[in-house]
Amino acid sequence: MSTTRKRVYGYLAEFKSASALYKAAEKVRDAGFRKWDCYSPYPIHGLDKAMGMKRSILPWFVFFGGTTGTATAFVLATLTQTHVWDFIPWLAKTAESYPTVVQGKPTNIFTVPAFFPIMFELTILFSGFTVLFGVLALMKLPRLNHPLFASKQFHRATDDGFFIAVEARDAKFSPEGTRSFLEEIGGASIELVEEEDS
Amino acid sequence: MAHATHTADETRQGPKLPVLEREKLILNNRSYHWITERICGVLENKQPAIWWMLFIPSAIIALIGVLGGLSILVSTGVGVWGMTNTVFWGWDITNFVFWIGIGHAGTLISAILFLTRQNWRTSINRAAEAMTIFAVCCAGIFPAFHVGRVWFAWFLAPIPNANAIWQNFKSPLLWDVFAVSTYFTISLIFWYLGMVPDLATIRDRAKPGLRKLLYGIFAMGWRGGNRQWSHYEMAYLLLAALSTPLVLSVHSVVSFDFATSVVPGWHTTIFPPYFVAGAIFGGFAMVLTIMIPARFIYGLQDMITMKHIDNMAKIILLTGTIVGYAYLMELFVAFYSGAQYEAAAFKYRLVGPYWWAYVAMMSCNVLSPQVFWFKWCRENLWVVMAVCMCVNVGMWFERFVIICTTLARMFLPADWGYYRASPVEIMLFVGTIGMFLALFLLFLRFLPCINIAEVKWTLPEADPHHDDHHDHPDHGVAKEAAYQHELQAKA
Repeated sequence: MSTTRKRVYGYLAEFKSASALYKAAEKVRDAGFRKWDCYSPYPIHGLDKAMGMKRSILPWFVFFGGTTGTATAFVLATLTQTHVWDFIPWLAKTAESYPTVVQGKPTNIFTVPAFFPIMFELTILFSGFTVLFGVLALMKLPRLNHPLFASKQFHRATDDGFFIAVEARDAKFSPEGTRSFLEEIGGASIELVEEEDS
Repeated sequence: MAHATHTADETRQGPKLPVLEREKLILNNRSYHWITERICGVLENKQPAIWWMLFIPSAIIALIGVLGGLSILVSTGVGVWGMTNTVFWGWDITNFVFWIGIGHAGTLISAILFLTRQNWRTSINRAAEAMTIFAVCCAGIFPAFHVGRVWFAWFLAPIPNANAIWQNFKSPLLWDVFAVSTYFTISLIFWYLGMVPDLATIRDRAKPGLRKLLYGIFAMGWRGGNRQWSHYEMAYLLLAALSTPLVLSVHSVVSFDFATSVVPGWHTTIFPPYFVAGAIFGGFAMVLTIMIPARFIYGLQDMITMKHIDNMAKIILLTGTIVGYAYLMELFVAFYSGAQYEAAAFKYRLVGPYWWAYVAMMSCNVLSPQVFWFKWCRENLWVVMAVCMCVNVGMWFERFVIICTTLARMFLPADWGYYRASPVEIMLFVGTIGMFLALFLLFLRFLPCINIAEVKWTLPEADPHHDDHHDHPDHGVAKEAAYQHELQAKA
């Protein structure tokens, strides 16, 4: 006896195995749906292609993250331990650094091999953080709730269930048509998932 | 552990040939649900009595050893350690290198074996990564506190002091700060990101309440959609690719602490590869030391099979032999270089006051793993455990030999001394062992100790084409059979 209005999220259909899910995904893709996803307890090899998805763009983020790390370490080390930035007077003045002249190493650019370990470590560190925050952004996580969590069977997606959910906001979605389409491609226990609209 | 053979389907003309089949990674045809139940059961069910019997003493030892040992150190001064003579690095740096080395097996399993597509890693990577994190926690204590006045440890961070003087970025000790802190951070990210789908599994099994809320927060709303998996797998691949050079760099940088000095016995180019091999060697021994009992206590034999133990024993044999080669090569170079100080340093290792440490190192690290040439020894868990304990001890002695033996016999005979660890040092080391065990037991209690998603992925039915030889006629065994028939036809 809920008094809140409900909004339809979409249809959720279960498939019996990874291979059934794979074949169904190819059919959903070919039917021209856009807003849909396959849910499985582990990543299924080749499903990206079956769903018509592009390769993740995460490596590009990480490339720039890593380059930033290298540059940060280089600037940090050279600015504080050498005089190579003296040609930019305001920068050298702001940094106001006193290079530590030890180990017989010069205060010019030729001392740079001694900075390689730190440049390498910061490259990895910045790349790692970019992976973490980049992947969370691309996965649109963290989020505390999702309409699919209202489903009675969806908890099995992290155990042994294979599902396809087609969202209502897809242009090709229709209450009857999509249901019969999912039945046709082998979906079982098809469920209309609704979210509470506040 | 006999390899199962089966006869290939007759795809073409020719005789039927037996084909070696890959050993299964998960035994007894377990289902996805069984895997979920068994792994989640470890943390959902009541812990067995043995858990408490191990946890309570470990926690007490950790509290007394680490908190007590450090309190004495900080309140009195670094003189409470035995380094009041010319041996200025003693158990502290020995323990640091020992613990940081332990961590390396975890990263090797999670990153390098991932890049080389060794699917057997899936059953052990989570626990090994946890071990990495806890070992690095233990390791970090020593360099942070050996500086003496620990409230000045912030001098290590890249910020200028009051006189606007920055850290010496050319110093291997500062490289070490960057390497170890990066290593810890990246290992933590890798471990946590790898755990997100499994935390979601636990969340979805929990009844509404605090448990569901907490696991839900840490699972970050993971749903297991392929639009998430696709990015997730890329992230995992990238982290593996980043961790691989990282793990090789960390112990190389640790070895630079020694190798870039001018001390005979330390100043050698062989150190980086030798340290990395030793770290992997010691780390795998520690993985087996804790996984063999855990596997038995929690009934994980179908997932951590004898095949896994066999593979790890072989890695211990390989890396142990590399380490043995490095020991002998060091001796050879000391002789062949004609450098008299180098020769003297190694003479004192062999026959000096610490000869017993050298003997312990050689017999534990080089001789004991050689029994793994025999299959019987790799299959007998008592033998495996005994060898792993030897290796754990031996790797500690290796670092002791490198550090203390060398410093006790430096250039000037007037500086020669004999270093003994003080009770406070021993207390702190024993405390870190307790801390490591206690943290690992807490990990078993609260987090999934095996990677649920990845283990499911290794099942044959996880392949979307496993029942579909029409789409992929040349898949796996069938491909091999077809190839053999071709060879027969040509002959």
